[in-house]
Amino acid sequence: MYLELKNINKSFAGFKAARDVSLGVEKGSLTALLGPSGSGKTTVLRIIAGLEAPDSGEIILDGRSVNELPGSQRGIGFVFQNYALFRYMTVYDNIAFGLQVQKKNKKEIKERVVELMELTGLAGLEKRYPNQLSGGQRQRVAFARALAPNPQLLLLDEPFAAIDAKVRGELRLWLKNMIHRLGVTSIFVTHDQSEAVEVADQIVIMNEGQIEQSGTPLQIYKRPRTPFVAQFVGDSSVIEGYERFAGFQRVPGADKAVLRPEFVECFRPDNKKLAAAMGAMERGTIQEIVFKGHCMELTLSVQGAGLRAQRSLERRPVQLGDEMMVLIYRMYVFDGENARLLENQELLKIPPDQVPAAQM
Amino acid sequence: MKKTQTKRFPLPVILAIFFAACFLVLPLIFVIVQALSQGIGAYLANITEEYTQKAMLLTLKTTVVVVLVNTVFGLFAAWTVTKYSFPGRKALTTLIDLPLSVSPVISGLAFLLVFGRTSPLYGLLEGIGLKVVYAVPGIVLATLFVTFPYISREMIPVLSAQGRDEEEAAALMGAGWFTIFWRVTFPHIKWSLLYGVVLCTARAMGEFGAVSILSGHLRGKTNTLPLHIEILYNEFRYSEAFAVSSILVILALLVLVLRSLIEHRGRKGEA
Ligand SMILES: Nc1ncnc2c1ncn2[C@@H]1O[C@H](COP(=O)(O)OP(=O)(O)OP(=O)(O)O)[C@@H](O)[C@H]1O
Ligand SMILES: [Mg+2]
Repeated sequence: MYLELKNINKSFAGFKAARDVSLGVEKGSLTALLGPSGSGKTTVLRIIAGLEAPDSGEIILDGRSVNELPGSQRGIGFVFQNYALFRYMTVYDNIAFGLQVQKKNKKEIKERVVELMELTGLAGLEKRYPNQLSGGQRQRVAFARALAPNPQLLLLDEPFAAIDAKVRGELRLWLKNMIHRLGVTSIFVTHDQSEAVEVADQIVIMNEGQIEQSGTPLQIYKRPRTPFVAQFVGDSSVIEGYERFAGFQRVPGADKAVLRPEFVECFRPDNKKLAAAMGAMERGTIQEIVFKGHCMELTLSVQGAGLRAQRSLERRPVQLGDEMMVLIYRMYVFDGENARLLENQELLKIPPDQVPAAQM
Repeated sequence: MKKTQTKRFPLPVILAIFFAACFLVLPLIFVIVQALSQGIGAYLANITEEYTQKAMLLTLKTTVVVVLVNTVFGLFAAWTVTKYSFPGRKALTTLIDLPLSVSPVISGLAFLLVFGRTSPLYGLLEGIGLKVVYAVPGIVLATLFVTFPYISREMIPVLSAQGRDEEEAAALMGAGWFTIFWRVTFPHIKWSLLYGVVLCTARAMGEFGAVSILSGHLRGKTNTLPLHIEILYNEFRYSEAFAVSSILVILALLVLVLRSLIEHRGRKGEA
């Protein structure tokens, strides 16, 4: 582990912004700190950077406790939520600042700045001021500025928040490649899960100052451990009385379930290959059809509940009011604290090659 | 309806201009006219008179010292209350404004109590040969106190609107407080600082109440321009009084011009 937080607590005037936060970050990895607004992501980042002192707990960097070490000596580069570029300095001076402060010689500074400007695609902009740059360019200046003094750990607070959707997509892949190329251990904050999933090696999910779960994106998606994670991740909707659906029995203590569109599939009733799985399915009618670009999203009324499913544009077209056979493959059920995966029991009884799938 | 909207001088504007003319411009014109009423030669003689010259010198010296000291401390005060969190920060912010809410005469009396003959400090200062009350140090102190808020008040809004992000970024890169101040904070505030300095200068030159109590009115020694004017006036030497006043008026106009120049530049710098 390159960075470890152990039981970090932090209160602001009685308000607990971080409770018992523990996490580990591998050297060279890219970790996403994901959570809703106000969940304490920035607070945790600032504690790591030494901009905020924890009330209790330990920060271990490269094997030694850095609680008493000022932020400037922790070898950290920080990209602020709104970049915090020096408004009255040129792009060149912004990037050079960290090196100038370290009293490096002029030639060395120049080489490093030029190298970084090339790397980040800013060459030619050295004389501009931050307010003469586009959002994406500012973001890259902030990135170059943080990297200039060769930090061991790079912290980025919502690095893409201020950038429009299309550029954001490009920029985050760029950032991911850049970070992996440089091999600098990085943590970035986001409240956008697609960003976290696409970019991160590890996702840490925060809620109300606590860490709910950490793991690879796949683990988070497939094995949400808490009700919060089950609901927060993916395109989830919560339903009650899940035991009314074929193939699912009530789990004691758990009275709610989380469904995602990819857990639900629907077929036209005249589909010949459904025979074996009839007992695992429900009847439903199409209540709503939303065109999503890459597919249709259907809302089906099944036993009084509205379930969402996606339907490929390649399949036979359907219309509002059509009666469909609805198959729920699985769902997450949860009680107060734990979430667990529940498979459709009826589906387990039939041979795998007879389970209906969307390609049929 | 349309007509009133396009009218160039609606009633409120006329009223405002009328009041400005009556209460601001006319008196100033009268001062100048009175000052010159006995001819330019008499005017020049009046303002080059020995005691007037001494008063002018004292006022200038006091102003320079006061503005320098207040610039440094005003900056520090504004910087600390906006960029650092510490217990008592709110109280300090309120305290900075105190001189504005206390009548200058009362400030003068307070200093008289602190440094006057009845105070234990008096003996102490006497011991090291420093005379505060009825002497120049008293005048400087009183003026310092009265004009203290002008500079920090100009800067506190700018500094707090700017936030702490840039300073934090600089600190994380290992910059010391002076580098942070000089390279990061100062460029943000230089125009409002200059503006504050000009206001402080104007106020320091004209201070009467507090200075009047601490000065002792020793002609040629502890008389500032405003005090000198009062003395001349009380001795019925009107044309001299107005001649000396005209110096202050000219200085004030100069400050006004500077002020609008700075505001103009400052706004351009923002863009
Ligand atoms: N300096 C502070 N003083 C008082 N409260 C604070 C301070 N900093 C943060 N908080 C509070 O702590 C909580 C967590 O704040 P934090 O900035 O860490 O959230 P966040 O997860 O980064 O949210 P966002 O996604 O909106 O940036 C919030 O409720 C916030 O109001
Ligand atoms: Mg935040």
